[in-house]
Amino acid sequence: MLMTVNQATATRVDQNAVVEARQLGLTFQTNDGPVRALSDVNLTINKGEFVSFIGPSGCGKTTFLRVIADLEQPTEGKISINGMSPEQAREARAYGYVFQAAALFPWRTIESNVGLPLEIIGLPKAEQQERIKRTLDLVNLSGFEKKYPWQLSGGMQQRASIARALAFDADLLLMDEPFGALDEIVRDHLNEQLLRLWRQTNKTICFVTHSIPEAVYLSTRIVVMSPRPGRVTDVIESTLPKERPLDIRESPEFLAIAARVRDGLRAGHSYED
Amino acid sequence: MDRVRDRVVPVITILAVIVVAWYAFAVFMNAPFQRDLDRRAGETPTTMEFIGKTLSQPKPTMPAPHQVAQNFFENTFLRKVTSARSLVYHSWVTLSSTLLGFTFGTALGILIAVGIVHVIALDRSLMPWIIASQTIPILAVAPMIIVVLAAIGITGLIPKALISTYLSFFPVAVGMVKGLRSPDLMHLDLMHTYNASASQTFWKLRVPASVPFLFASMKVAVAASLVGAIVGELPTGAVAGIGAKLLAGSYYSQTIDMWAALVAGSVVAAMLVVLVGIVGKIVERSMGGRPA
Repeated sequence: MLMTVNQATATRVDQNAVVEARQLGLTFQTNDGPVRALSDVNLTINKGEFVSFIGPSGCGKTTFLRVIADLEQPTEGKISINGMSPEQAREARAYGYVFQAAALFPWRTIESNVGLPLEIIGLPKAEQQERIKRTLDLVNLSGFEKKYPWQLSGGMQQRASIARALAFDADLLLMDEPFGALDEIVRDHLNEQLLRLWRQTNKTICFVTHSIPEAVYLSTRIVVMSPRPGRVTDVIESTLPKERPLDIRESPEFLAIAARVRDGLRAGHSYED
Repeated sequence: MDRVRDRVVPVITILAVIVVAWYAFAVFMNAPFQRDLDRRAGETPTTMEFIGKTLSQPKPTMPAPHQVAQNFFENTFLRKVTSARSLVYHSWVTLSSTLLGFTFGTALGILIAVGIVHVIALDRSLMPWIIASQTIPILAVAPMIIVVLAAIGITGLIPKALISTYLSFFPVAVGMVKGLRSPDLMHLDLMHTYNASASQTFWKLRVPASVPFLFASMKVAVAASLVGAIVGELPTGAVAGIGAKLLAGSYYSQTIDMWAALVAGSVVAAMLVVLVGIVGKIVERSMGGRPA
């Protein structure tokens, strides 16, 4: 029951497009010579989608996310976010970014960490308070406002960092292996919460991971990438319903998609050397 | 009990070893002069008498611990603090220029660090000069500073304080450069994704991240300031201050006075370092630091 979408149709021009990449490439100049981190990436991400990027390290999945966020500059091709250049999108605060680590400021309480982007934007105090409360509710961290990061577990810290990314209400959420450092039990729990949050807020989410079950469980679309040079080898449209209990992961449908992802990774020779 | 065993016993042991070694050294250092005295007076004291005499000379080569302690106690607690013989008075004179110089030095150090972190040209050009400035012996520079400033009519507290500044800005500048550069790349990227301005990144990220570095370097700087203030008193012919006390002591061979002044200086230094440490702890606690 898998629907294969080749890249040509996946990159159709669309009014709903949030991220559009065309022949995107990025070559890092290193001391050991140039390294092609991204090569000929064509991808359109539509509003409301949950897109996972999966692949071995060095496949450029994080680099692609950083290009969207204007943290890296592409050397070839074009990319637009909401029809703007990445820089304009960043200046318009078009996205929230969640890093691999929670990256909370240790000298700020949870609420003032979540309020950091709001302070920087310069929202009125009352609205800051209101948004902090709302986003902390959303990630189930009410009651921890006055705590400092070290007083929270790793999973709670990462939830606080998600709240921080949600606080200024951008439609696009970029997440770079946000649960990579957490144990599996916590990760399952946060995956469930993230799905709920995505359904509630109707945001577009780009999610980098190296876990096949996580990618299949969360995504509406899975982008399989392979290294040297970093490129897209397969784009898999998920047939799972929007409502996904954790035990959907034992269903044949789920396993079929996971098998296809695994095949895609293997086809990219990603397990060689 | 654990506290006594783990902390008090080792501290007392080391202290006892030092005191015993000091006494032994005092006997050894003062013995030749005592033998000379006894020979001239035609006395033949027993060993115990001889040792007693070496430890109670009025102007010993090496004063015994109890002589220094007695002198320190008398001149600290038994004199009026306004008296020129009071160590409290002299300590205060030195302390006031120490604190002024330390304030200048910390401010200057922070200013230099901010410049170095934000202006690439300063990073390249200023650091070698700063390091060179610290390789010059302060004892050579101090008289020149005093003389030059006196020529343009600045005398008194300020020149002494400037020598403290000269010594104390360095650790603060070095520490703060490291501190202001301490935020990790992820935090800087985060600020970038918020499109934060340079000044927002500075005040909301770099400054708070540098606070632990600031206090660590201020501890070094405050001790250096005190050394600067004492050194500053030596070539100025100052009549008050720990430096002046040391100088007067050396003129008149008042070795016990000199040692007592040295003790006073180290007590002041210890108090300053502890004070900076306490303020640092309070600030860190108020910034959500994990209690150690």
